[in-house]
Amino acid sequence: MTSPATPLISVTGLARHFAVRRDLLGRPIAVVRAVDGVDFTVRKGETLGIVGESGCGKSTTARLMLKLIEPDAGEIVFDGAEVGGRDLPLKEFRRQAQIVFQDSYASLNPRLTIEASIAFGPQVHGLPARQAVERARALLARVGLEPARFAGRYPHELSGGQRQRVNIARALAFEPRLLVLDEAVSALDKSIEAQVLNLLVDLKEEFGLTYVFISHDLNVVRFMSDRVMVMYLGKVAEIGPADAVFATPRHPYAGALLRSMPSMDPDNRTEEAPISGDPPSPINPPPGCRFHTRCSLAEPVCAQRAPVLGGGDHGVACLMHEAGSGHSRAVGAAA
Amino acid sequence: MTLFLLRRLLYALPIVLGVSLVCFALVHIAPGDPLISVLPPDATDEVRARMMAAYGFDRPYHEQFLLWAWRALHGDLGMSIATARPVASEVIRAVGNTLILAVAATVIGFAFGLLFGVVAGYFRDSWIDKAASTLAVVGVSVPHYWLGMVLVIIFSSELGWLPATGMGPSGSSGWVPDLEHLKHLALPALTMSVIPMGIVARTTRALVAEILSQDFVGALRAKGLSEGGVFRHVVKNAAPTAIAVMGLQLGYLLGGSILIETVFSWPGTGFLLNNAIFQRDLPLLQGTILVLALFFVVLNLVVDVVQTLLDPRIQRA
Amino acid sequence: MSVLTSARPQVVAIEASEGYWRSVLRRFLKDKVAVAAAIVVLAIVLAALFAHWIAPMDPYAGRTFRRLRPIGTEGFPLGTDELGRDMLSRLIVGARMSLLMGVTPVLIAFGIGSVLGIAAGFIGGWFNTAVMRTVDVFYAFPSVLLAVALSGALGAGLGNAMLSLTIVFIPPIVRVAEAVTTQVRARDYVEAARASGASALTIVRVHVLGNVLGPIFVYATSLISVSMILASGLSFLGLGVRPPEPEWGLMLNTLRTAIYVQPWVAALPGLCIFVTSIAFNMFSDGLRSAMDVKA
Repeated sequence: MTSPATPLISVTGLARHFAVRRDLLGRPIAVVRAVDGVDFTVRKGETLGIVGESGCGKSTTARLMLKLIEPDAGEIVFDGAEVGGRDLPLKEFRRQAQIVFQDSYASLNPRLTIEASIAFGPQVHGLPARQAVERARALLARVGLEPARFAGRYPHELSGGQRQRVNIARALAFEPRLLVLDEAVSALDKSIEAQVLNLLVDLKEEFGLTYVFISHDLNVVRFMSDRVMVMYLGKVAEIGPADAVFATPRHPYAGALLRSMPSMDPDNRTEEAPISGDPPSPINPPPGCRFHTRCSLAEPVCAQRAPVLGGGDHGVACLMHEAGSGHSRAVGAAA
Repeated sequence: MTLFLLRRLLYALPIVLGVSLVCFALVHIAPGDPLISVLPPDATDEVRARMMAAYGFDRPYHEQFLLWAWRALHGDLGMSIATARPVASEVIRAVGNTLILAVAATVIGFAFGLLFGVVAGYFRDSWIDKAASTLAVVGVSVPHYWLGMVLVIIFSSELGWLPATGMGPSGSSGWVPDLEHLKHLALPALTMSVIPMGIVARTTRALVAEILSQDFVGALRAKGLSEGGVFRHVVKNAAPTAIAVMGLQLGYLLGGSILIETVFSWPGTGFLLNNAIFQRDLPLLQGTILVLALFFVVLNLVVDVVQTLLDPRIQRA
Repeated sequence: MSVLTSARPQVVAIEASEGYWRSVLRRFLKDKVAVAAAIVVLAIVLAALFAHWIAPMDPYAGRTFRRLRPIGTEGFPLGTDELGRDMLSRLIVGARMSLLMGVTPVLIAFGIGSVLGIAAGFIGGWFNTAVMRTVDVFYAFPSVLLAVALSGALGAGLGNAMLSLTIVFIPPIVRVAEAVTTQVRARDYVEAARASGASALTIVRVHVLGNVLGPIFVYATSLISVSMILASGLSFLGLGVRPPEPEWGLMLNTLRTAIYVQPWVAALPGLCIFVTSIAFNMFSDGLRSAMDVKA
């Protein structure tokens, strides 16, 4: 094993375009730039939250980093080893990096008992069936489902919260190091959501896991994450420590997004909508900075020049934070 | 719009090519010598070779196919081996007769199928609905050649109301719109109409039931629209699908008429196919199948286009 | 990882849930029409299997003096045919050939069509395009026409007729198999299985087959009804079984000349085809609704 300082996963230049319309000869005429050049790292033992409006590429990013979708471009390095390379075959990477999806029912094969669903993964990786079933029952108990009652049931006999516990157990059965939670609690009732979140926090501690936590719910992300990445139209707008991003957002989009959070304080009400309208279509996105069509601080230069993600620990992709970018609020040369 | 038409046409081309290939292959999957029925059993090898060359059977397959397809494009489907007449003219005459039968059957089947379907969909789970549903199952499960026989037994043999076979009096093989010809048409058309009737009834019932359960119908009723008004909306929404089903059924009947034509000695394509098969007249078999299949492809295309034009919900991308 | 690796085998009685197929059976048994249809189908199959024991007389032995006796004749409850053979015996023995000709092609087509369709749906890409475009070509022929064309070209005979019908039924089964598989492939549990690192073959075996074979099979059973009609139709045209073998379609053909003498005797073989076809149809409908319930 490499040193604790080596990032668990590091992604550079990740991109995936989907052709949505084709001409008579099958050549694409319209392309969705679902994920368009994304860089980030996840450190060992931390939780990276990914937020953004629906359609911003959060889920695609998750699937790309797990190679569930083949990226058009980009490099994925897992604990210092190239995924799919000689040191880390794809199959071993799959064992170490698991995912829990949003739809708890669709994630479970309706024809298998939940015990069989959980035991499937370890068996793929060579564990004998008997031991795999034992592991499945132990994990069911760990996620709070009594094995004697639940092991032989089918997915449709469980509630949404119970099914999502099963899905977590299914992912943990691989003994993974990285767990991607793709809107894993978004479909649950608020009270159940809180229980599952607490379970996730405990499991992380117990099994020494690293999380990538994707959600559109900012409160939940704030509760779970050590660091936060804000995405807009297939690109990273801002990334940094959760406290810093939530306290002092640097990207106008991140600021607007946070101001749209419902506040518990009646004196601190949001008076006007911080952002209005829907994001532009990711088919042929706006040139320059993708947010300039909705940004209150946009200047002509924003439509011409694409910002680059910079700024170290608390990174931002905005011309206002690029020295000499031509934006009137750009920081000084030394920034 | 033009792009949409172009796309559909372009999509149909490989199908037409495939259909021609299958028809061409029919002659070559046939066991034995394709000339078996024209050559005397004691023909010398030299005569056989000359005949093979005359029909083009001695060339490699791809050359034969291209030659055959090229000629077919110019309306030349070869010569019937049994009658030595051009296949194309035989087929055209027969297709006309089959078309009369198929159109009559489609109209009858569609009218009754629509009636049963709408009634069943409107009064769901009532006895009318159950009766109509049963009729639909019967319609698709009945061997129509047997139904034809039963109708002949009842209306010709027992009651003596309608003629049992043929297209007109004294073996007429050309259609004249008079009472005698209509009487001859009645039984085969009625028999054939049962096939689309069941399917149309089933489709219409599902369609009407689905439309009635949609929110906008509830809104119309809440608005105070009369049941007649609601019905008009239902018809407007069901029409595109219904027309599509009708067009496809007409195509099926054209191609599927062989059994019924055999029962009623109707001088159409089925009759022609029957002759072609039993005289092992392969060019005639091939030509008839090609024409019928292409007819079906074109009909599909037309139905597709008409349905899209009628239904604003289908994107013409 | 202590919890996982050190877990001692727990000796607990696992509460068994009702499996999917048992719940299908329970729902099917509640459907009276479907059960009645299933009983009819079973009766016909049993009659066909034990035909030679059940048939009261020799179905091949005819006497010219007793030709075309009406229904209800003493010793010949369903009359005699144009060669004086006992209709009841011929109808019972005829079930063998009619069922064989009607069911076998669907079964073979189910096997071949499922493999092709599931492969096309799961693999996708150019393989899918190649398979589905070929299927489209066969869809350009109405099924009766294709069956007649193929058996006409191949020549009369039992084997050729069944071969033609098999070819007729492969394309529709491929279409259904492909559609169902494409749907299942997009489900999250298949994606989760891919994320497990399992090979494509394992994913298909464990996660795809169990979810697609049921619907494809139900569809195939609905084709048996059509197949029975088409198979007997081919015999009716003289393209299937050869005389003197009893087969419903062929019997209908040879008795055609007798409809002015003994019309109802002549209509009997068709009635058998009709009853079998409708029974299979309702059986299939019942199976479909028993399996359709969200499990």
